[in-house]
This record gives sequence, C-alpha cells and structure tokens, in this order.
Amino acid sequence: MTDVLGELLMRDSLDHCVKCTICETFCPVSNVTPLFPGPKYVGPQAERYRSDDAPSPDESLDYCSGCGICTQVCPQGVHVAEINTQARAKLRERTGFKLRDRLIARPTVAGALGTPVAPLANWALGNPVLRLALEKTIGLHRNAPMPVYAGRTFQRWARRRDPVTAERRVAFFHGCGTNYYEPRLGEMTVALLEHNGIAVEIPKQGCCGLPLQSNGMFDDARAYVHRLAASLAPYARAGVDIVGTSTSCTLMLKREALEILGLGDDPELRIVSERIYDICEYLLALHDRGELRDDFKPVPETVVYHAPCQQQGHGIGKPAIELLALIPELTVHESRANCCGVAGTYGLKAEKYQIAMDVGAGLFRQVADTASDRSVCDSETCRWQIAKATDVPSVHPVEMLYRASGLG
Amino acid sequence: MNDVIVVGAGVAGLTAAVRLAESGARVLVLAKGVGATHLSAGTIDVLGYAPERVASPREALGPFIAGHPEHPYARVGVEGIEAALGWFTARLPYVGSLDENLLLPTAVGVPRPSAVVPETMAAGDLRGGGDPVAVVGFRASKDFHPALMADGLTRLAGVPARALVCSALPEDRVDANGLAFARAFEDAAFRERVVTEVAGQLRAGERVAFPAVLGVTRPVWAEVAERLGRPVFEVPTLPPSVPGMRVFGALRDALRRAGGRLRLNNVVVGAERSGARVSALRVRVGLREETLRADWFVLASGGVASGGIALDSRWRVHETALGVPVHGAPDGERFSPDYFASHPMSTVGVAVDGELRPLGDGGERWADNVLVAGATLAGAVPWKEKSGDGISLATGFAAAGLVLGKPTKEVVA
Repeated sequence: MTDVLGELLMRDSLDHCVKCTICETFCPVSNVTPLFPGPKYVGPQAERYRSDDAPSPDESLDYCSGCGICTQVCPQGVHVAEINTQARAKLRERTGFKLRDRLIARPTVAGALGTPVAPLANWALGNPVLRLALEKTIGLHRNAPMPVYAGRTFQRWARRRDPVTAERRVAFFHGCGTNYYEPRLGEMTVALLEHNGIAVEIPKQGCCGLPLQSNGMFDDARAYVHRLAASLAPYARAGVDIVGTSTSCTLMLKREALEILGLGDDPELRIVSERIYDICEYLLALHDRGELRDDFKPVPETVVYHAPCQQQGHGIGKPAIELLALIPELTVHESRANCCGVAGTYGLKAEKYQIAMDVGAGLFRQVADTASDRSVCDSETCRWQIAKATDVPSVHPVEMLYRASGLG
Repeated sequence: MNDVIVVGAGVAGLTAAVRLAESGARVLVLAKGVGATHLSAGTIDVLGYAPERVASPREALGPFIAGHPEHPYARVGVEGIEAALGWFTARLPYVGSLDENLLLPTAVGVPRPSAVVPETMAAGDLRGGGDPVAVVGFRASKDFHPALMADGLTRLAGVPARALVCSALPEDRVDANGLAFARAFEDAAFRERVVTEVAGQLRAGERVAFPAVLGVTRPVWAEVAERLGRPVFEVPTLPPSVPGMRVFGALRDALRRAGGRLRLNNVVVGAERSGARVSALRVRVGLREETLRADWFVLASGGVASGGIALDSRWRVHETALGVPVHGAPDGERFSPDYFASHPMSTVGVAVDGELRPLGDGGERWADNVLVAGATLAGAVPWKEKSGDGISLATGFAAAGLVLGKPTKEVVA
C-alpha cells in the first residue's frame, strides 16, 4: 500500500486543489439544483473555514449526495467527496440526526423486522396513504423507490444448500440487499461461480455501514465495519478472494471505510480490503486469464447498462460492459450518466427526492428511447430507482451472465 | 488484455486512443483525472508566433521546423500535422486549415492566431477588421465582462465594438459560471429570452459575440445566429471552458463507441521492464497497486501543469508516470527575470527520436514499445508559440499511427 491516507491526510489533499472547476462540470447534483453550489466550493474551499470547534459556515454540503464523481475526475488527486462526507458527519453531530436518517441507515434492522411480515410490510410500503403519512411525519418521500421484501433471506438458503467443493474458492459478500430483498441474485451468483468451477463459501455477515457513513453516523458505521471485517478476515487470511455483488458495499470494505472512517489501521479490515473484488471485476479477471466459461448462449435483448457512481469509485473501468459484450445477440447501450440520482439513501429523502429524479432524468430517458427490455446496473438502490422511474425491470449484470450461461 | 495502454486523457491521449480503438486495437486509457481539455479554449492552435505572428502555418512551419530540430513538430512534419487536423475535423465541427490562421478575439479583445477552430467561433475572425461587434454579456456572469472585451477590440484590434448586458439568469442561480449559462442555453425558453432581449438592441451591420456558453453538448449557436439574423460567434472564457468540454465529450464518446476503455483515478507510478521493452505499468488504483500489461504504451500525461513532469524542491525534474528520463533541464539559470521572456526551464520534457520513442540520458532509445505524445515532449514552448493543442493532436495522432504501422498480430484490425 503506497498511499493509505489517514483522516487528516485525506483532508490535507485540499491543498492540491487548483480551482480548475473540473469537478463542477461533472457534479450531477449542482448541475440540477442551485441548492448545492458544487464540490469545489463546498469541498476544498469551504473546508478551510471548518474546524472541530467551530460550526460549519455553510450547510449546503448536506445537499452533496456523496456520489464521489468529483474525486474520480479531479486531476490533482483531491479527495473532494471524502472531505465532504467527513464534514457532513461533523455537521450532523452538531445538528443531531433525524429519525428518518437513523431508520434508513440500518438496512439490517429494517430487513430483519420486515422479512417475517413481508406481505404486510410490502403492502404498507406500497400504500399511498401510509407513504404520505411517512413523508409528513419523518420526511421519507412518498414516491421514493422502496425494495420489496422477499419474505425469506439469502442466508437461510445458503445454510440449506449443498455446497460444491472445488480447488478454487471464493467467499461471497452478498450484502443486505441480496439477503432481504433479492435472494435470487445471490443464488444466481453462486450458480454462476460454481458453473465456472469455483466453490463458494457464504460467511455470516451483516451490514457494511455505508448507509450509516453516508448519513453521518460514523461511530455506528465503524462498529458495523469492524464486525463485518472480523467475519470476512479469516477467508482473506487463508488466501481466499472475497467477491461482492453490491458494488457500493464492496467499495466500502475495499476503500471507503479506510479513507472516510479512518479505519486504515484496523488489521482485519486491511486484509479484507486487499482481497475483496467487485463480482464483475473478478469475473473479467477470470476471463482475461482464459478461465471464464464464455460459451454463452444468445440473449436477443436490448439493455442499457448503467455503471453506478459507486462502481466508478472502484477505479476499474466498467468490467460489466466487457462481460456483457461476450453475450451473443445482446445489444448493450452504455449509460452516459455518472449517477442515477438516488446515491444510496439520498433520493429517498423528501427534500432531495426531486433532485435525485432530475439527476437521473437523462438515464431514464435513455432507457425509454432505446426501448430497452431491461436496464442493467451493479447496485441495488440504483436498480430500484431506475426501475421505479422507468417502469422497466433493472437487473444485476450477474443475472444476464447467469441466463446466458444457460443456468435458468 | 490490452494491446495498447495510453496514459493521459487530454487531447494527445484521447486522440491516440480513439484512432487506435477505431482501428481495432484494444485500448485502455489510464488517467489520474480529467485532462486539460476542460481548461482550454477549444481551438487547435498549430503555430501562432514564430516568433512574429504567423499568417500561414503551412508557410511558416518549414522554416520553424528547420530552426527547431528538437521541436515535437520536427518529429511529425507538416504532413503529420495536416493528417491529424484532417482526422480531427472529420469528427468535430471545426473549420480552418494550415493555410491561414484566423485571428480570434480573446475575452479581453486581444487578437489571437489559431488555425483550426470550432465553427461557433469562426465569425469572430478579426483579419482585416471586419464588421463591428456587439459583445453580449450577462449581468450575473463574473467570468466574462463585455465592456472589457469591447474596449480591447476597439483599441487593440481596431474593430468598433460595444457591450450589451443581458439580464437573463439561469433559473434560481445567483452565482452562475459559464457552464450554468451553457446548460440554460439548452432550454428553449431561456434562449427565447436572450434572443428577444439582444435582438432589440442590435444595430445594422453588427456581428454578435457571446461568451462560449451556447449549449454544452447540444450547441445552439446556429439557431441563435439564425434567429438574430447576424453572424454570431463564441468567445472562450475562464474555466470551466465549455468548448473544451465539447472536445473531451466528443473524443470520449468516440472512444466509447470504438470499444476503448477509460479508467479515471488511476495513477501510473512506474514501469516494469523486460529487456528493451516495457512489459507492464504499475498503477495505483484506490488503495491498491495493480500491474497492467500491454504490447504498447503511449505516454501522454501532460507537462508540468498537468503533473506529467514534476520539478522537486531540489530542482530535480522527472517524468512522473513511467520514470522516463527528462531532457533539457538547465544547469544554470532556470528562469529569466522577465515574465514573458524565454525561460530555460520551459522546454524541459521527454526527448524522443523520429518515431516518438523516448530517449535515455545518453540519447539511446529508452524503450522500443513506448511512444510519447503531447505536452510531455521536450523542445516546445506552447504558450509562446501558440502551439499546444496542435502539438498534442499531431503527436497523439502520430503515436497511434506508429503503433498501427508496426503491427503485432494483436493490433491488426
């Protein structure tokens, strides 16, 4: 590791800002609303006026969605998004946390509560009157995309399956979305990996703490990260790669928790960080080594592929595009958008819902204009946002590969 | 697997990458961030001063190259520059050629020579004076001052000009930069407001200057000109530069269509060698270091301003990505006292042979499969010559050609 930056050094990167405004030209939020003056103002400039004992001079940073595109495009290496996320947490510590933010930041709690009563929970989340009441009471927007409880957990399926044994093993970090809402994605991932001769181990696991981090609850987020890292570290230590299907949660363990939460000195997180891969990153590396079964069957469909902002945070390009290109008869249109707007929990909030919809408008139009059968996207919250906004189903790239592999 | 890795996402890197990808090579572009396109005027200045103002680059380039044998243009020749310009103008809506420089006004009304320019700027040509100019500015824009430009045009270019201040404001924006105005111009209602307000104030025979904000990805310049019934032209402004963004967007989209890939936030920190060749690059990706292999490498990471060339506190100069030797660092005086004079430091960069291969400290070829393009190259003073994007385009284009002309079995389309 050549550049593990502590919290302090992360902040000090602001001195590299030359005010070139490149981040402003890419910021999806400031492009659609004057409420957010842009990453340059709110990040490296305003940060000079913030200190631990003085209140933030400007609350507009609350409108940063944390998509991280500013950091990606900065030619000077300024960690704009990380600075903003840290500053936002300090702002929230001072102003207090909203009940809503406490609720949406804990997907394991919501998942565990809703799963046993899935029909009731799904009815309630789909009921316009209750949703209006939720908006008025806690500020969760009435039209914000909500996942559908599967009524069963992926972990339960995992405990009951007959694992395949093979020389090559991976540990599967499936995340909360797969566990409570999309267990089929987890099953397809396991089948696809086994189809390629890889044994899949499924550790017990909880939340990665990303929603807590995004909502400024750093102490709670750190506790989640420690717990999760402890359950994944034994695999990493044994030389087993960890693959994740939730690209944002995978990025959390790979980089964000170390940089934003300042956990670079947690030895278990460090070893997990070195061994964890986004599933498409992992599959493409297999393909590059000639180790991926690419006898794919035709899938005569048209799709838009959208690389989520957090996927771009991996800095690995767009491996899903290259994998999808291996599928015969599949027409793939690449999204030109950097973000779909929802940015995890941002677009669920009443005061930010419309901003999130405006950010994603171009992408939604592209899905409609290309008459796509579905959109393909690596992050669950983005899939829910895009599917709700377009009325076109949205799936993980793994699902396309699973179908093209003749597995179902 | 990659046939070619290009380091840098400015004009040089993207030109090389697009040309290679369109020829069937598997291309990966690595960049620390988005390049200098967003900060540039968007014009392709080939040769503006040598040292007197150049009227015809085609005529001036021969003697210029003869007098500057270490200049990047000496590596690609006039034919190389012309071919690159032809390639570029076939892809982007630009006008002009090597035959003659246009004289376009800057935002302070100074005439600036440039060979190939966006079609949206061409009507600003000041050669031979030309029609008087109405310079339109916006009350809320702090980055473009029409009275300043009009004054400059009148005094420095001898073209009568006056300022018109438009009150239109992008919705709800009290602090709008050029990009906010450019986005607003994509909205028909905003255009309507501006056109109506401006049309009523124009005098007979005037052409109309706007800051370069007439649409971001969908330029509305032609529509505005048609509705005003006058020649209309854009004037480059302070960053963020909308014409520069259009260049980046067009090349990035072309790369995407051709199947090339772009990875941002990838910092190349070194090269692995195998005999006379570079076998792989060491790349910092987030907290990790990856080793990325390719058959060819194009180094287009920029000069001092972009961090491609770095000068440390002990006056040591180095190339930051591959560690290629840097040439031209002066032993004695590095900078002249006069700001606008020639500074010995300013031609520092990577020296190359006739095929853009970097040279080692002793003048020997440093690696067989590395090509260098753009501002990383030694021997030019782009800000004085007004040659920056011309060098980047011509050498980026040539680098791709050199890869394609020496085909490995993978590179053949």
